[in-house]
Amino acid sequence: MRKFKVWRGDSSGGRLNDYQVEVNEGEVVLDVIHRLQATQEPDLACRWNCKAGKCGSCSMEINGMPRLACMTRMSTFEESETVTVTPLRTFPVIRDLVTDVSYNYQKARELPAFAPPADVAPGDYRMQQIDVERSQEFRKCIECFLCQNTCHVVRDHEENKREFAGPRFFIRAAELDMHPLDARGDRKEFATQQQGLGYCNITKCCTEVCPEHIKITDNAIIPMKERVVDRRYDPLVVIARKILRRDQLPTAAPAEPTLHSPPVTVMEGKAPVDFSRSAEAAGPEVGPDGHVNLNEMLSDRVAAASPFGDQTQFPLDPGDLNYYHPDKK
Amino acid sequence: MDKYQYDVVVIGAGGAGLRAAIEARLAGKRTAIISKSLFGKAHTVMAEGGAAAAMGNVNSNDNWMVHYRDTMRGGKFLNNFRMAELHAKESPDRIWELETYGALFDRTRDGRISQRNFGGHEYPRLAHVGDRTGLELIRTLQQKIVSLQQEDKAQYGDYEARIRVFAETTITELMLSPEGAIAGAFGYYRESGEFVLFEAPAIVLATGGVGKSYKVTSNSWEYTGDGHALALRAGAKLINMEFLQFHPTGMVWPPSVKGILVTESVRGDGGILTNTLGERFMFKYVPDVFRKQYAETPEEADRWYTDPDNNRRPPELLPRDEVARAINSEVKAGRGTKSGGVYLDVSKRLPAEVIRKKLPSMYHQFKELADVDITKQPMEVGPTCHYVMGGIEVDADTAATSVPGLFAAGECSGGMHGSNRLGGNSLSDLLVFGKRAGEHAAAYASALDGRPKVRPSDVDAASEFALAPLSRDGGENPYTLQHELQEVMGSLVGIIRREGELQQAIIDLAALKERVQKVGATGGRRYNPGWHLALDLRNMLVVSECTAKAALERTESRGGHTREDYPKMDPQWRRINLVCGLAPSSGDVELTRQPVPTMRPDLLDLFDKSELAKYMTDEELSQS
Ligand code: SF4
Ligand code: SF4
Ligand code: FES
Repeated sequence: MRKFKVWRGDSSGGRLNDYQVEVNEGEVVLDVIHRLQATQEPDLACRWNCKAGKCGSCSMEINGMPRLACMTRMSTFEESETVTVTPLRTFPVIRDLVTDVSYNYQKARELPAFAPPADVAPGDYRMQQIDVERSQEFRKCIECFLCQNTCHVVRDHEENKREFAGPRFFIRAAELDMHPLDARGDRKEFATQQQGLGYCNITKCCTEVCPEHIKITDNAIIPMKERVVDRRYDPLVVIARKILRRDQLPTAAPAEPTLHSPPVTVMEGKAPVDFSRSAEAAGPEVGPDGHVNLNEMLSDRVAAASPFGDQTQFPLDPGDLNYYHPDKK
Repeated sequence: MDKYQYDVVVIGAGGAGLRAAIEARLAGKRTAIISKSLFGKAHTVMAEGGAAAAMGNVNSNDNWMVHYRDTMRGGKFLNNFRMAELHAKESPDRIWELETYGALFDRTRDGRISQRNFGGHEYPRLAHVGDRTGLELIRTLQQKIVSLQQEDKAQYGDYEARIRVFAETTITELMLSPEGAIAGAFGYYRESGEFVLFEAPAIVLATGGVGKSYKVTSNSWEYTGDGHALALRAGAKLINMEFLQFHPTGMVWPPSVKGILVTESVRGDGGILTNTLGERFMFKYVPDVFRKQYAETPEEADRWYTDPDNNRRPPELLPRDEVARAINSEVKAGRGTKSGGVYLDVSKRLPAEVIRKKLPSMYHQFKELADVDITKQPMEVGPTCHYVMGGIEVDADTAATSVPGLFAAGECSGGMHGSNRLGGNSLSDLLVFGKRAGEHAAAYASALDGRPKVRPSDVDAASEFALAPLSRDGGENPYTLQHELQEVMGSLVGIIRREGELQQAIIDLAALKERVQKVGATGGRRYNPGWHLALDLRNMLVVSECTAKAALERTESRGGHTREDYPKMDPQWRRINLVCGLAPSSGDVELTRQPVPTMRPDLLDLFDKSELAKYMTDEELSQS
């Protein structure tokens, strides 16, 4: 018999419940959760699939550490220790140990997909093992989102989620950047300007929790940051590169997020609108019934309500618009 | 209740489902993907070895004909020959296509896709990425879908304009029009417990397998035979349900990971099997059919790794059912380990560094979970329920079932693998037939004049059924019922079968069926796993019934079906498929016999006459 505390509740709140559960030799935390379901709490919500550390479904916080429940052996705890299991903190709780991870799927969508080389037919792709290996490291990712959950930029900072894609998507950007045949050349710029790479100050917490042992910071984030700086033709870096060995180079200062919105890059020949940004459309104020208040008697001004909402101030902050000015680089 | 209209609805978000959805969307159809889990978590991620495709990158002697021969041999000639042919011909294109979606396979020296050896394949044929090929496949298809959504966003301003993923949504019933054609699907969102109705003229089933009815299994909770059961209830047929593949090498220690697979490439890369006496026992179990291709002494077997042209292959590379049976016999004879397994050892042949490089996740898994270092010590392995060869009966070219508008692909369809699947053939199977299912579902939807109508009474009945367990006071615990079902299937319809046990199983299953009708669930509708399981049980039960009945009927041993009382393969049985359907009145499983399609002469000519003689009746041989 071991003591367990499991968080139960939903978006409206919840509490840690105490349980006494049987634990057998060689079991992992997920086995214990399953035993709880089968014997005491049939409706205890928890995600899992493979029970082999391959699908990344069973992420939760065990004694405060973000971990895969199926890969956390019970033998790593003392007999007498109480094991506390709580849902991932960075994402809104749906119920019990299940959280709403849709933030991650949204960020995945905003990242431009692999761009196949135009002039290579399927079957004619030629790449050297040594060149694919760098990207392959990142493709090991099982999307457990433990790194996303751990990163202090969004943990307890809901407000940063809009601008910040998170370590999982930095490695995706790095993967495509290092893909020998990817036809896009602006992955690093995109990461800084659209994914909020600048928010990352290389604390390496993400690397620490990654169950696949992907070197998120060393192999993806840092190279991406370095190269962005040198792409911008910082003359000092260029000179330093010429006279110093690689290991003597000063570590690049993390690029700060630009004031207002990050500048937007747009492909040549495309409309001056960046669709991959989700900007909230300015709309009119609506009442509790979902309609605009059209009663003139109650209105605080004459004439009809503005289609943009009477609350909207002009000019609008360009940072919130999908439109970009073609002249502004 | 939410209601959506789509042209094509794909149920299942594993490899087959995603590939079908991509194809339907490319054909311009509004497509929905229904996933029981989150997007990208499907069971396909568990496939480790690779995807078989005769690209001939490593050995240029390989071509589709050799692959076809291997597939038919593996399936003991019970395969639907046309499916095996299409599969062998089209899989290279399907793999190459993945590269244009961004997949990064391991490479050969000259920069092409590397291919590795695998049990039952004559040449190195499996495209792979370390030992996480399944993950690569899912991720690639997932990212391709995202890229299609980005195109739609650019064109229509909405990511989900033409293809949308409904994650954590379970379908409980297919809806038919009064004419008997597919009209839609009914289910619930796992998160909220709310119901959802999809109106669609074409549905592709890609729900995977049935392994969760077994106790020792590599399959995840999703594998409850949903697609099989949905198809049955809609009036389609299942074939070959007696053929289940038991993977020869699942982990048997520690208990919590019992059933997790040790990839076959461990054997392909030089792993050897020994019993507790230290004997390399596989040499004793080479069946006559394979005698010519396999080494007779350990010395010859060892030489094969460096000089495959002048030596025969080691018996560890026999098709997996032979290996499973051999291990089972060793354990039964008392030469197995305490936990009921044998030893699999790679550490003797390969240096630690190479093992870590070639089998990274295997190494990682064992280290983390069992504290076993596979570069230094052997693993403890035993047979595990892994894959169902049987499934929904489909037309080979179009993947269409007998119900108009219903298509099926991947593990939940039947026929392609015959009585036994070769390792690596499932990943290529789901690409080839996933694409075909998507393509033909789209074509079917285009050809219709009007949209078939869902009957409101069906929707009411389905929602009433789904809600019943929640309001049933004192209903049976679904976990107990599942556990008992697993006991019955594991001990009575397992790897080695006997008449008496199968009869007992059918009686037990009937009793369980009664009880499942009284299953209850506590709690509410929001993300309630007890309730979800209560609803899945009905599917698991009907599929188990099919397996048990077909296994009793087939009085021979072949591939994934081993009868202790009929240990021989019988050429007469090779000509017969067992087909399961539901009796319209009682809803019971009915078994009928149906002839196996006859192979075309040009395909027959690919084989030696003497080889065919091992499988076919004299009558068939004289005709050909
Ligand atoms: S290194 Fe960067 S991405 Fe990783 S946790 Fe720290 S701030 Fe977040
Ligand atoms: S990078 Fe690592 S921690 Fe982050 S989602 Fe992928 S596997 Fe999980
Ligand atoms: S259940 Fe798949 S990673 Fe834990």
